Amino acid sequence: MTLDLAIRHPVPPLDVDVALPAGEIVAIVGPSGSGKTSLLRAIAGLVVPHEGRIALDGHAWLDTARGIRTPTRARPIGYVSQHYGLFPHLSAIANVAMSLMHLPAGARLERSRACLAQAHVAGLDDRLPRALSGGQQQRVAMARALAREPRLLLLDEPFSSVDRSTRKRLYVELKRLHDELRFTVLLVTHDLDEAAMLATHLCLIQRGRIVQHGRTADVLTRPRSVAAARLLDLPNLFDGVIDERSGTPTLRWGPHRLEIARAERASEPRSTAWTILPTRVLLHRVDRPSRGEHENAVACRVVDMVVLGDDVGVRLAPDGLPETRLHVKLSVHVAERNFLSPGRDVTVSLLRDAIVLLDA
Amino acid sequence: MDWTAFRLSLWLAAWTLAVLLPLGIVAARWLATTRSRARPWLEALTALPLVLPPTVVGFYLLVAFGARSPLGDAFARAFGAPLAFSFAGLVVASVIVNVPFAVQPLQRAFAAIPAEVREAAQCCGLSRWQAFVRIELPLAWPGVLSAAVLTFAHTLGEFGVVLMVGGSIPGETRTIAIAIYDRVQAFDTGGAGTMALLLVAVSFATVAVAFGLSDRWLARATR
Repeated sequence: MTLDLAIRHPVPPLDVDVALPAGEIVAIVGPSGSGKTSLLRAIAGLVVPHEGRIALDGHAWLDTARGIRTPTRARPIGYVSQHYGLFPHLSAIANVAMSLMHLPAGARLERSRACLAQAHVAGLDDRLPRALSGGQQQRVAMARALAREPRLLLLDEPFSSVDRSTRKRLYVELKRLHDELRFTVLLVTHDLDEAAMLATHLCLIQRGRIVQHGRTADVLTRPRSVAAARLLDLPNLFDGVIDERSGTPTLRWGPHRLEIARAERASEPRSTAWTILPTRVLLHRVDRPSRGEHENAVACRVVDMVVLGDDVGVRLAPDGLPETRLHVKLSVHVAERNFLSPGRDVTVSLLRDAIVLLDA
Repeated sequence: MDWTAFRLSLWLAAWTLAVLLPLGIVAARWLATTRSRARPWLEALTALPLVLPPTVVGFYLLVAFGARSPLGDAFARAFGAPLAFSFAGLVVASVIVNVPFAVQPLQRAFAAIPAEVREAAQCCGLSRWQAFVRIELPLAWPGVLSAAVLTFAHTLGEFGVVLMVGGSIPGETRTIAIAIYDRVQAFDTGGAGTMALLLVAVSFATVAVAFGLSDRWLARATR
C-alpha cells in the first residue's frame, strides 16, 4: 500500500522518486519555493510533469512512458489549497454539493449536509464563503474535499491562514477524521511543529528534490545530511574528524575526543559534519551526579539564555572552542535548579547515541 | 418618426447580441486563460475596431462583402442575394464592429476568477462543461451583462460602418441612426429630434437596467 511518485519537471523544478506509505498522514516540509506545492499540484494533475509516474496502490494516474494521464477530475483526490478555493457565489452546502455531481440531487444534498456536520460546520449551510470565518471556510473546504470519499487528501498549508487556537482545534479534527476514514493525507507545510504533531511520516524537500523521508520521529532526531539538518533548523551543526583507527570510533571536535556509536572501517581519519539535538545535550547537575555524566563530558561556559515559554534556550561556549556555540534546550526548572546564568561554568555530556554524523 | 428604422435597429441589435455573445464568451474565456504567445496579437486584433475610423472598417467590410470577394461570392451563391447592402451583411458588420465591446468586459470577468477556484472545480470532479456553467459563467455574470449592454447600446447607435456596408435601404438597412441623418439632410429637424430623443431614452433605459441588475448581483454576492 504505497503512493509511488517519480516526477521530473523542469519549471518549477521537480526531481522526485519516492514511495510513501498509503493510509498515513505524510507531511511534506520545506522552505518557500522548495517545490512542495508543485509536487502536490503534480499529484493532483494541475501540473503535468514532463516525465514521471504517479500511482496509488499500484494504480497509475500518470505514466508518461505508457502514455497514461488521468485528468484531475477523474483522480480519486480531495484537494484543499492554501486559500481553500471555495466557490464564492455558492453557499457552504452548494460548495460541498459541487463535488457530488455524480449523485442524484436529493442524495447530493443529504450527503453534503452530513459532510458539513462531520466537519463541524452544521447550521451554516446557506452562508456564502465570505460570511464564514477563516476556520469555518477551512472546514467547508475540508468537507468538500472529503465528500467524494477520496483515497488521497492533498492539503496545501491548510492551517496557515487561521489563528492559533482555531489551528489547534483543526489539528485535532484532522486527526479524528483520519482515524475514522483512514485515507492517505499529504500535508504540505513549512511548520515543523505542525508536521511533528500530525504526521507519522515526514518528507523533507528542497529545490524540488527529496532530501530525506521516513518516520517522523526518525527524521526529526536523526537527519542524514547537512541539508536535512538545515531544513530541520537544527542549530548545532559542527565539523569534526572521525578517527576509527584505535578500535573505538571517536570524533575529534577541537580539543575534545567524543566517543561515537557508528563504526566504519576507515583507515584514515576523515572530517565530517555532525549534529546533536539541543534537547539531547545532558547537563550535569550541580547537586548530585547525573546518569551518563562520564560519557563525552565537555566543560563549557554559559554565553546567554533565552526563556521560551516553559523552556530555556541556553548557548554554551565549549572549552577550547571559544567561537563555537552549543545550543541546549532545558526546562525552566532545570535551569533554575542548576543556577544557570551567563558566565557560569557548567559541564555537559554529548551522549554517544545522541551524536548524529551527517553526510556532506 | 420612422418606426420601421427603429424596429430594424432593435432587430439588428438583437441579432448582433445573439451571434456575438456566445462567440465572445468562448473567445474571451480563451484569451483570459491561455498562455499562448499569440495572445497579445489576438487581443490587439479584437481591439482594432475600437481604434480604427468606422469608414476604414466599413471600407474593408464592403470589399469583403462584394460579389468579387470569395466571401461575397459564396454568400450570393448560397442565399441568392448579395451580402453587401443587405440586412445579413449588416449583422455580420455589426458583429465585427462590436467585438471589442463584448470581448473586453468578458475577458476581464473571466480573468478575475482566481486560478484556485478554477482548479478547485477540477478537483471536485466537475467536467469542463459543468465547471463552465456552474462556476465560471455565474462568476463572470457582471462581465456578460456589461458585454450585452455595451453591444446592444452600441449597435443601436452605430452609424459609420452601417452606412458604408448597408447604405440606407428602407426596411432593409436603414437603421434609426441612419434615419436621423437622413432627416437632418432633408432639413426635417423635428423628425430627427423625435428619433434622437427616442434613441437617447432607449439607450439610457438599457444602461440603467444593466446597472440595476449589476447592483443586485453585487448585493447578493456580498450578502
